[in-house]
Amino acid sequence: MADATERLREVVTPEGVPVRFTVALAGDRIGAFALDFLAIGVIVLAIVVPLALLAARGFLESDLILAVAVLAVFLVRTFYFAFFELAWQGQTPGKRRLRIRAVEARGGPLTAEAIIARNLTRELELFLPMAALFAPDALFPGAPVWSRLAATAWMLVFGFLPLFNRDRLRVGDLVAGTVVVRTPDAVLLEDLAVARAKEAIAFTDEQLDVYGVYELQVLEDVLRRRGQPGHDDAVRTVAAKVREKIRWSGESVADERFLDAFYAALRARLERRLLFGKRRADKHDRP
Amino acid sequence: MTVLLKSAAFRAEREGSWRELEGLVVRLEKGGTRALSPAELARLPALYRAALSSLSVARAISLDRNVVEYLESLSGRAYLAVYASRRRLREALGDFFVRRFPRAVRAHAWHVAIAAALLVLGAVTGFALTASDGERFYAFVDPMYAQGRGPASSTASLREVLYGGKKDVAGMLKTFAMFLFQHNARIGIMAFAVGFAGGVPAALLLFSNGLVLGAFAAVYASRGLSLEFFAWVLPHGVTELTAVALCGAAGMALGQALLFPGREERLAGLARRGREAGVVALGAVALFFVAALIEGIFRQLVHSVPVRYAVALGAAGVLFAYLATSGREPSSRGRGHG
Repeated sequence: MADATERLREVVTPEGVPVRFTVALAGDRIGAFALDFLAIGVIVLAIVVPLALLAARGFLESDLILAVAVLAVFLVRTFYFAFFELAWQGQTPGKRRLRIRAVEARGGPLTAEAIIARNLTRELELFLPMAALFAPDALFPGAPVWSRLAATAWMLVFGFLPLFNRDRLRVGDLVAGTVVVRTPDAVLLEDLAVARAKEAIAFTDEQLDVYGVYELQVLEDVLRRRGQPGHDDAVRTVAAKVREKIRWSGESVADERFLDAFYAALRARLERRLLFGKRRADKHDRP
Repeated sequence: MTVLLKSAAFRAEREGSWRELEGLVVRLEKGGTRALSPAELARLPALYRAALSSLSVARAISLDRNVVEYLESLSGRAYLAVYASRRRLREALGDFFVRRFPRAVRAHAWHVAIAAALLVLGAVTGFALTASDGERFYAFVDPMYAQGRGPASSTASLREVLYGGKKDVAGMLKTFAMFLFQHNARIGIMAFAVGFAGGVPAALLLFSNGLVLGAFAAVYASRGLSLEFFAWVLPHGVTELTAVALCGAAGMALGQALLFPGREERLAGLARRGREAGVVALGAVALFFVAALIEGIFRQLVHSVPVRYAVALGAAGVLFAYLATSGREPSSRGRGHG
């Protein structure tokens, strides 16, 4: 069920059909990054600790080991993201875990250039603000306090850029033209109008014209919750409301059967009108 | 069933192909292309296009929200699976160094020229200022980087650094070269990234790097060690300074895209140029690595000044021949890219 706060991003496929993706939430992005950060830490330890042990036992020259360690740490830190995004089409282990991925914002395949560009800016987004916060002396030695504060605030803006735009784009996404979306995942359920509305109840057109598409889909949500707690109450309330609204005076039917039939009839009516180019958005949308 | 729905009939007719596509996509997402048989791979694009057309139809005629959402998500997943670039890492690397990187550099010829000019300007300024007043050296050079070298050092100790090649010192310098590589590469990446701040910090970085070089040159020149100093700097410096200039150029290209978008939409232009500039910056990181190797190994082994110059010249020749010619299309040979 789509949440009102979710933000959709349309990507036009090369076939010319717009496909909608849900922009990943800031929390998912942070979570994925934290996982990847952890993974980098583990990999670095896995490289450095055995080397340090070898050096301690005197098997290898210690500065050679230091050199290898420095190089390895640099390579892992700089290329971890780019490597996985190249290998897994826009996903890193953290992104995969949180079911999000980077995609081309304007459609088409995610190119290697875009992956490189979006990951080379991490120094600016992460290292610079962190240094400004925790080790300001190294970054701007001898600068007056007010200019330090101003520079720190400016650098923080880069890091927190995703929070200031609706598509949660970070600097790397802007530079590379990518957007991080949720990997879509939806299940095809039964067609309510076919599976459940076994017996038709005759509604007049006036009765069906009370509602629009919005109400139809709210009703769909209610009916699809069958088996969940609170379903019976919801059905009773909605059925009473609908009966009152359409001034129902026919035979008395069980609430759920009444709603199933009403759903099928309403959908048939609205879809027929849709074919004639009349889309009725909701009950306030008077023809 | 008395109510006949067009959308229900539509769904009944197409559902099979949706389910089939879903099955293929799930396997593809889990196991990559190897999870599918050639026949299944061949069916994928057709099923994908069918799903897209179903989506268009469903949007127009169906008010069953579950169906539209399902098709929306299925099309999205299939789109990502069909349009994924599947290249082996080795091929991608080869392509990068043979074609993409040199081409991107040539596409940024003007930016590189300006970056190099800024670097030279910084060096000349640093040299002139330090030559006229030795104390200024300390304003330009970080004491950690100078490692005790400066206008106050003795000529002998300055010379010592140029030929520092005792056995245990060599080991330390190997380490130092790796430190230098990661330090330089990070500064380089940063120079690209700060391009996002309008390119001005990138230009400043270039200029201040030039200042440091100029200040050192001035100190050595004041002791009559110029010839030996450049023999020490140039073998790796040719590669390293080129890489610095490339990173700065990439940063300035980003800044230009932000500040002067031209006819393009600003964000679209930034994305297009950002990618090209990112290629330049990544290639420059590789150059930094080569420079560190030359610095850490070669320079400790060879002390003869003429040989050092010869190597510097050779490195410059190879580097510029590579950047200027590698990956040119045969048809555009000799025409040159702006």
